[in-house]
Amino acid sequence: MTAAPDTTTRLPRAREAEGDTQARAREGDTQARRIRREELRDRLSLAALSLPALLLVGVLVFLPVGWLFGLSLVSEGQFSFIHYQRLLEPAYRNIFSMTFEISFLVTALALLLGYPLSYLLSQMPPRAAALLMILVMLPFWTSILVRTYAWMVLLQRRGLVNGWLIDLGLIDTPLRLVNNYTGTVIGMLHVMLPFMVLPLFSSLRAVDVSLMRAASSLGAGPVKAFWTVFFPLSLPGVMAGSLLVFVLCLGFYVTPALLGGGKVIMVSMKIQQNAAMYFDWGAASALGVVLLGVTVALFWLLGRVTRIERVFGGL
Amino acid sequence: MKHALSASAALMAGGMSLAGMMALPALAQDSLTFTSYGGTYQEAQRKALLDPVEEEMGITIREDTLTGIAEVRAQVLAGAVTWDIVDLGVNDCALAQAEGLFEPLDYSIISTEGFKDTAYAETWAGTIYYSTTLAYNPEYLEAKPQSWADFWDVENFPGARALQNTPGGNLEIALMADGVAPEDVYPMLETPEGIDRAFAKLEEIKPDIAVWWTTGAQSAQLIADGEVDMESIWNGRLDAVKASGVPAEQTFNQAILALDCLAIPKGAPNKDLAMKVLGRILAPDLQANLPALINYGPTTSLAFDEGKITEEQTAISPSAPENIALQLPTDPDFWAANRPAIQERWDAFMTQ
Repeated sequence: MTAAPDTTTRLPRAREAEGDTQARAREGDTQARRIRREELRDRLSLAALSLPALLLVGVLVFLPVGWLFGLSLVSEGQFSFIHYQRLLEPAYRNIFSMTFEISFLVTALALLLGYPLSYLLSQMPPRAAALLMILVMLPFWTSILVRTYAWMVLLQRRGLVNGWLIDLGLIDTPLRLVNNYTGTVIGMLHVMLPFMVLPLFSSLRAVDVSLMRAASSLGAGPVKAFWTVFFPLSLPGVMAGSLLVFVLCLGFYVTPALLGGGKVIMVSMKIQQNAAMYFDWGAASALGVVLLGVTVALFWLLGRVTRIERVFGGL
Repeated sequence: MKHALSASAALMAGGMSLAGMMALPALAQDSLTFTSYGGTYQEAQRKALLDPVEEEMGITIREDTLTGIAEVRAQVLAGAVTWDIVDLGVNDCALAQAEGLFEPLDYSIISTEGFKDTAYAETWAGTIYYSTTLAYNPEYLEAKPQSWADFWDVENFPGARALQNTPGGNLEIALMADGVAPEDVYPMLETPEGIDRAFAKLEEIKPDIAVWWTTGAQSAQLIADGEVDMESIWNGRLDAVKASGVPAEQTFNQAILALDCLAIPKGAPNKDLAMKVLGRILAPDLQANLPALINYGPTTSLAFDEGKITEEQTAISPSAPENIALQLPTDPDFWAANRPAIQERWDAFMTQ
């Protein structure tokens, strides 16, 4: 409303204005209602549109997971914790600790290699960055099986890498690079690197570089400016990439099975063995449930130390 | 577990029988279904055994493939059996017999002349032999290993080694490496001390095992690429490696002799005909057809007298008289009874 009207002389106009206000209020009212209605309709159509996906997730994820959980608690037709008790045996404990150890190592190495690369990419002109990004993505588009066999050819005792190292006179006897822990980590790292670089890159590119200039104008050297300004701002990307890589590593099968030489046994391989070799769905299910539980717990822990939506904002 | 098992078994068998019915519009009286492992093996069986039997008996033999005992178990437990003759590994056969999944065989129709005592049982009869031999690639080796004791002797036989990632066969190999005579291996494994002794011996060689292989193809690749210098391998796989030009060798000395058996699942639709066909397939003249197509050994020694198996084929045949005498036949009953417990210990051994 504009300036207060003179009530004595301009009463009719005021009354008129009052009526106008009411009319406007009514109009505003209906408009608000219309907006609410539209919002409701939007929400409903959004819900209807996402219903197939929700149903798919419900049917394809929750039902089987529930079924899995049920199977893991049944032995010889009766309710039993025997499949979980077995997981406490040394063999299973070793398998779980090896799975986590390898996943952690691969995540750390992927971060170590992926961060500088993502940083470089984020500071390059977009065209050049896109070109380099294709190089990062190229292996990502190649079959995991093909890449794993390629590593076998490269790393084996009489393979290319050992051949070059011997020809260059750097070593006398070939190094054991495959069919062990080393080969598994190398192969997995190669598969996982794009999963680290992609979220990191988008998170690093979103950091305002003028903040770095501001930091240096306030007297910070480049190293100090990076660690106090740039790095903390990139943390959501670091978290997102690390979490993604770690969780994917936990369920890895092909690479450790082919490059581990039988010495690297991860949970997924044990699940396959229980289900396919011994037909023991209960034992396989229990392993799956524990792996899922641990993954969810990790997400929860991460949610406690960082704001989880920021992590996914970084994706 | 049993409950969940039978539920999924019924589901699997239901799916299978449905697929079976759709594939076979008419079930004639003079036909049956022969099921084996597929690939080059089943192709050889078709040419060597099934084609002649079809022609001779005027019947039709349909084929299907399987991957192991689980599918047979599923069919029998669900009471929906579509297979009349199945080919399984001998350990699976012994297990299936213990579980009552097979019909008893009529040995008035099936002749076991020339069979070893360990090559047939109440419900199954061996059809081919294969060996797990000690193989080596002499390209990088100074001394050639000829026994499992040599394989364990890393001082005098330096080089990278591989063994199969399974207890079956390896416990026997370990005891032989420890100086146990082949005939004493299974009596010793029946005792807890024997099992301990085998695992202790395996523990000894473990640091020198570069690869624990899981598939036949992998074992062939390991020796062909020089990733290992010596390993245990299935004899047919090494023959293929040699044929590709790699100067690898194998010895039948102390090899583990195993077999595939044929059996009739309980409730098979054409049981009587299947019995007659088995009697024919297992006869020496048809068994003698196989080595020309694939290097597995006939289960009856009479096959070698048929004049069909050449001298070269005899020399590399797992069941040629001079080769079979050197080997330890696997004891399927021992493994049927003890496999789960030993496998658990093996898994612990592998993850230490």
